[in-house]
Amino acid sequence: MNKTRHWYQYVIIYSILLLFVAISIFPILRVLTISLRPGDNLLNTSLRIIPEDATWANYVQLFTEKPFLTWIKNSLLVTLAVTIIGVALSSTAGYAFSRYKFPGRRSGLLALLVTQMFPATMLLLPLYIMISKLGLVNSFLGLIVMYSASALPFCIWLMKGYYDTIPPSLEESAKVDGAGKFYAFWKIILPLASPALVITALFSFMAAWNEYVVAAQVLWYEDMFTIPLGLKSLQGNMTTQWGMYAAGALIISVPVIIVFLVLSKWLVSGLTLGSVKG
Amino acid sequence: MAKVQLDKITKVYENTFTAVKEADVIAEDKEFVVLVGPSGCGKTTVLRMIAGLEDVTSGKIFIDDKVVNNVLPKDRDIAMVFQNYALYPHMSVYQNMEFSLKLRKTPKPEIDKLVKTAAGLLGIEQLLDRKPKQLSGGQRQRVALGRAIVRQPKVFLFDEPLSNLDAKLRVQMRAEIIKLHKKLETTIIYVTHDQTEAMTMGDKIVVMKDGLILQIDTPINVYNHPTNKFVAGFIGSPAINFFDGTIGKKGKRLHFDFGTFSVDIPDTYDDSLKDYVDKDITMGVRPEDIYHKKYSSNAEIPAEMDAQVEVVEPLGSEFVVNFLTRDTTFTGRLEPKEEPKMGETMTLVFDMKKVHFFDKETEETIV
Repeated sequence: MNKTRHWYQYVIIYSILLLFVAISIFPILRVLTISLRPGDNLLNTSLRIIPEDATWANYVQLFTEKPFLTWIKNSLLVTLAVTIIGVALSSTAGYAFSRYKFPGRRSGLLALLVTQMFPATMLLLPLYIMISKLGLVNSFLGLIVMYSASALPFCIWLMKGYYDTIPPSLEESAKVDGAGKFYAFWKIILPLASPALVITALFSFMAAWNEYVVAAQVLWYEDMFTIPLGLKSLQGNMTTQWGMYAAGALIISVPVIIVFLVLSKWLVSGLTLGSVKG
Repeated sequence: MAKVQLDKITKVYENTFTAVKEADVIAEDKEFVVLVGPSGCGKTTVLRMIAGLEDVTSGKIFIDDKVVNNVLPKDRDIAMVFQNYALYPHMSVYQNMEFSLKLRKTPKPEIDKLVKTAAGLLGIEQLLDRKPKQLSGGQRQRVALGRAIVRQPKVFLFDEPLSNLDAKLRVQMRAEIIKLHKKLETTIIYVTHDQTEAMTMGDKIVVMKDGLILQIDTPINVYNHPTNKFVAGFIGSPAINFFDGTIGKKGKRLHFDFGTFSVDIPDTYDDSLKDYVDKDITMGVRPEDIYHKKYSSNAEIPAEMDAQVEVVEPLGSEFVVNFLTRDTTFTGRLEPKEEPKMGETMTLVFDMKKVHFFDKETEETIV
């Protein structure tokens, strides 16, 4: 790579970067502003980030007048379950697809791929019928099943692709060294696949944490709502409590930001999957 | 510590490709057996079957007189060194080496002792805390060896372990593996496509081609008495020269005609060649059995011919020379004092005592 750049090249590069940072940060700052405004000041067109009469009232209200903590708890429960199921099933299924020859291997992989071609909303009705026949409407289990089903195909493909880059001689060597199949997988292959596992976990997490449409079909009662449903419920027929809405939106983005920051180290190496071999 | 016996083992893959056909090999206790052949000849498949990484289609594998066809790799008490070393990248050298011992529930102090001893033997004590990524190719090779020897298995299997090293390191590691074998006195089965490795390392070499075993013998016997044209051509560097011609008879004497030249055949060959008179035949002459006429005192039964020097490759201790006679080229190994010069015509001497004759059709050795 050419490392000597002229000063004007830096100016161009950094102005473009700053522009994009501004574009991505502006909406978040607006939400922050709105969340801090008192209720009578919502439609103010001022561009001040911290409004003059800033107040925490919306945040307080959210926790005192609405079952916001319950929503968070519900969301965490569902999301954690989906993440664990996603990682556990895709890491093992991906391994089978990568290493073993069995009847239906090719068609299985293809079928997984095909499910990714349809928009989730199209699957809503059939999935709902299945969930309702199983008596899982209005249960977290129903939601967990639907989220896992939608996240798994991608995760399995991802894991399979990553396992493909790990030489089979590593397991063979472990077997000759005295390890059984599962031990070799657990001690040798899984640790090596950690970048892909992180991506899988992140993907499953995001699939559940932010999801609204499916949740809206499965869950009816307010005390079972996940955060996206809870926030939507702030939107009434006549008025929308924008202040609380904004406050809630900011709060639920915090876990996502934390997860991204913690995992970013693996994320970068995970996104360049297979490009570097140790 | 163990004898390995392969009894007519055959491997047929699902796509009906036969990788190995009825291979019979015996590796005696403490023997160093080298499987050698061009790529795709089935030698690695044989090794993987011994390791248990590949199912055997038919035939039996014995380790210490016990059939192990259905024994899992982990219970065969073998160690294998892979071509790409297969070191566990996320573990330190020490962890790599203790892996198999831990699996066998060896007590910790004992593990420590064994790992340190093996590391000492290979000169890698100072690397024990490093990760494989931080090691050079030669060091990785040593660690792979260390991982194999640490638990003192019955049999070592080597799958082209030196092919990823540079030429100098390869020669060095070759010597070290030979030394290691002397020290450990363990049965070794070693796969390579490099005939030099086979010749220098093996007590016994097994030459394979297209899934068939062509010859099993000591390196010197394989070199001096190849069973067919392929073995003759594969073993030896530079390779043996083949001349296609016919056997002629003048009076009582046989001679070999090729093109415009003809060389007399010593009468010791008469019995074997009498059925080939006036028939096509291939003669093989090793490069070192070709001499400059002036320095041909080593040739026991000399036969003269003229040839033009086409290319000279000076290697210092010897010259590898490509000769041309009319339309045939062949290679000779001359001593520097013979001073071959490009373009000149030389009178050469073939040592007819050492030539081989092969049936043109079957390529089997006649004599």
